[in-house]
Amino acid sequence: MASQRVFQLGLRRAAVAPSFARFQQPAGRIVQRRLVATEHVNQQKGTEILAKQRLQRPVSPHLAIYRPQITWYGSGLNRLTAVILSGSLYLFGFAYLAAPALGWHLETPSMVATVAAWPVAAKVIAKFTLAMPFFYHSVNGLRHLAWDLGKGLKNQTVIRTGWTAVGASVVLSLYYSFFV
Amino acid sequence: MAAPRTLARLAARRSALVPAVVRPAVFARGLASVTDSAAREPVSKLAESIVPDPARKVVPESQTSTAKEPDPSKEAKIKTFHIYRWNPDEPSAKPKMQTYTLDLNRTGPMMLDALIRIKNEVDPTLTFRRSCREGICGSCAMNIDGVNTLACLCRIPTETTKESRIYPLPHMYVVKDLVPDMTLFYKQYRSVKPYLQRDTPAPDGREFRQSKAERKKLDGLYECILCACCSTSCPSYWWNQEEYLGPAVLLQSYRWIADSRDEKTAQRQDALNNSMSLYRCHTILNCSRTCPKGLNPALAIAEIKKSMAFT
Repeated sequence: MASQRVFQLGLRRAAVAPSFARFQQPAGRIVQRRLVATEHVNQQKGTEILAKQRLQRPVSPHLAIYRPQITWYGSGLNRLTAVILSGSLYLFGFAYLAAPALGWHLETPSMVATVAAWPVAAKVIAKFTLAMPFFYHSVNGLRHLAWDLGKGLKNQTVIRTGWTAVGASVVLSLYYSFFV
Repeated sequence: MAAPRTLARLAARRSALVPAVVRPAVFARGLASVTDSAAREPVSKLAESIVPDPARKVVPESQTSTAKEPDPSKEAKIKTFHIYRWNPDEPSAKPKMQTYTLDLNRTGPMMLDALIRIKNEVDPTLTFRRSCREGICGSCAMNIDGVNTLACLCRIPTETTKESRIYPLPHMYVVKDLVPDMTLFYKQYRSVKPYLQRDTPAPDGREFRQSKAERKKLDGLYECILCACCSTSCPSYWWNQEEYLGPAVLLQSYRWIADSRDEKTAQRQDALNNSMSLYRCHTILNCSRTCPKGLNPALAIAEIKKSMAFT
């Protein structure tokens, strides 16, 4: 039948094949040279190589090489000022709590008296170091409120408002340090 | 601060209020990207002691050799490029900065031209991805002079006194030289189901039609080529890559949330409604600043947040 015939044909071809192959390789054919040797690997071996390679990969540089921009520096500053503000609040709160036991005087009248005795320069520096985080965080908070409403997210606006926030907080904290 | 946000999220979970609908497990409240965490299995303690530290320092260019312009002419405008190199065949070696000098008069105008010229004429082992050379395939995304961009769209600064630095996309695992491993990024993209989901047939039985206004909502979203420049510029994505989806994938997610033809908007929003997938965005805005296609992922993320808060 048909399948039998196909089988016979296949047999005949197999018998012919060796002599046929000899004709396919003419003498003096230019042998192509490969400069880079590749090796055939099966799927499983390839997966193993990949798994091993993945363990050894380095992480590309990030924080140290990214260009300083108002976007991410401003955001970092926002977080830093938040830590300074809340950290100092917690520190003072716990100190106030522990003051009676440790014999410290953190009541308002005694602190006012202490600070009043300081030289003007010390007062200004102390006020500025506390006012700067407060004003930057507050002014930048307004930007965040605007962004949460989907406003002011254009690149130019972000850059402009970013520097405005920095400038405004410097001006405000200078005003606060010297005149309030 | 916490209470209004919780309320907003509760309000946003609209599909949870529909008891008759059985939600598929995929849309159950959870971390959208965590179901795909197989991309980066935790390394065992034993392996950790054998493998080199992924955060190992880069050898600076001052300690490596310089490959010079092959034959400089008289009026050569020699520009220096420092390029990040790491070869997986020497796995324990530190990555290094290799210096190449090129004559700008004999190099094309773009950074990609410089890279191709280095590969063709100076150092054939330099490895990078590139395809279309016209900013539509997104293959040649890399960190050039400190910002993420496409090498094919980035002009070489012509002042020769300034040296250029080329790194792979930041905070990604490096396959070789400038080629980062994007597996996780693509898995995250898959996790937002970036295709039209509908149960009902079109009213006229032919097409899902949109008004001009509805179509206009997709402008600025569909142009994204997924080059991952924005995601890898985001510090939040650097530190929380496994769980935070990143600006590129969130922009794509919004592209389907904003699509008037899609019927699974609520489920899409629910999948993002957790502390990590979406809300790791702290509006740092590096993403919009760096996008080489001029898109605004930050705006898209803000729109998602709005759509989840004010519904």
